Amino acid sequence: MVNGKRTLIIIPALNESGSIADVVGEVRGELPGVDVLVVDDGSTDHTAAVALAAGARVAKLPYNLGVGGAMRLGYRYARDNDYDVAIQIDADGQHDPRYVPKLVDLLDDNDLVIGARFAGEGDYNVRGPRRWAMVMLSGVLSRVAHTKLTDTTSGFRAANRRVIEMFAGWYPAEYLGDTVETLVHTARRGYRIKQVPVAMRKRMAGTPSHSPARAMIYLGRAFAVLTLALIRR
Amino acid sequence: MKLTLVTGLTGLLLLGTIVELLRRRQLREKYGMLWLAVLVVVIPLSLFPRLLDSVAGLLGVASGVSLVLFLGIVFLLLVCVHLSWEVSALEEETRTLAEDFALLRAQIDADRAARDELVSSDG
Repeated sequence: MVNGKRTLIIIPALNESGSIADVVGEVRGELPGVDVLVVDDGSTDHTAAVALAAGARVAKLPYNLGVGGAMRLGYRYARDNDYDVAIQIDADGQHDPRYVPKLVDLLDDNDLVIGARFAGEGDYNVRGPRRWAMVMLSGVLSRVAHTKLTDTTSGFRAANRRVIEMFAGWYPAEYLGDTVETLVHTARRGYRIKQVPVAMRKRMAGTPSHSPARAMIYLGRAFAVLTLALIRR
Repeated sequence: MKLTLVTGLTGLLLLGTIVELLRRRQLREKYGMLWLAVLVVVIPLSLFPRLLDSVAGLLGVASGVSLVLFLGIVFLLLVCVHLSWEVSALEEETRTLAEDFALLRAQIDADRAARDELVSSDG
């Protein structure tokens, strides 16, 4: 329970046995009354076993479906088990669970709340094509959602019952679809979206990829996904 | 002129069909992008069939139309290979699913048998 609401934390994880125990432990320590569901997205390491030992419920997919596939399973679990709130958190430890009550509070007046990185907070610094992609995505999506959105690809988001119901039936598995396309879809159907600034931490394990070619491909794909999401119904 | 009309209309019809399929979420993004890219090449060629004549000359092909025919067949072959690859991956996935399903059923049957034995020994 968070503020009197039955809350489920969904953590999609792919080969995160190095950090998943700490993430699950921290969530359970900071938020004693919540249930944690780790969706193992076809990991080849011991992610599922480690998460189970740390006290989480684990749903193990037989093969990799991508973040979107893992999240739809999480939202179906939330719907079938009658949760009021479902919150997505990354398995690499960059999201601080102490922000969860703040996100849940905002769900009183909104349907989907996004934890967005502070502008200028920490050492999160993006330049070049990745930055252009972020500017393009936040500009267009802010317009569509009628609210200021700066961190559209954030994997830290809270959904209420109405949005859980929608995501349980429809959640794209394609690259960037789980973030960008869901935002367009949700806003188009009249749900209220709100972002709340949160400080992000360094990932506990693993390193993000940085290469100019990859950044350009990312920009191209972001543009394609956004265009597609806008023409789709 | 008549030919340009026929080929141009065919190209536009294809474009409309693919965009509509994408809009209705009947095509996944990766295939949609592939076919849209093909149309970006096909539509100018359908309006101006002589566009590739100079390139054809450079490659030693007598006319641009033959070059388009050749490239089209190569492309379709590649698409076929790609689809075979996708089907192979899908078959592997359904196989894994069937195995998981059988393992789950075996587990449930074993649990039920153990419970029934417990109940009958109690009674």
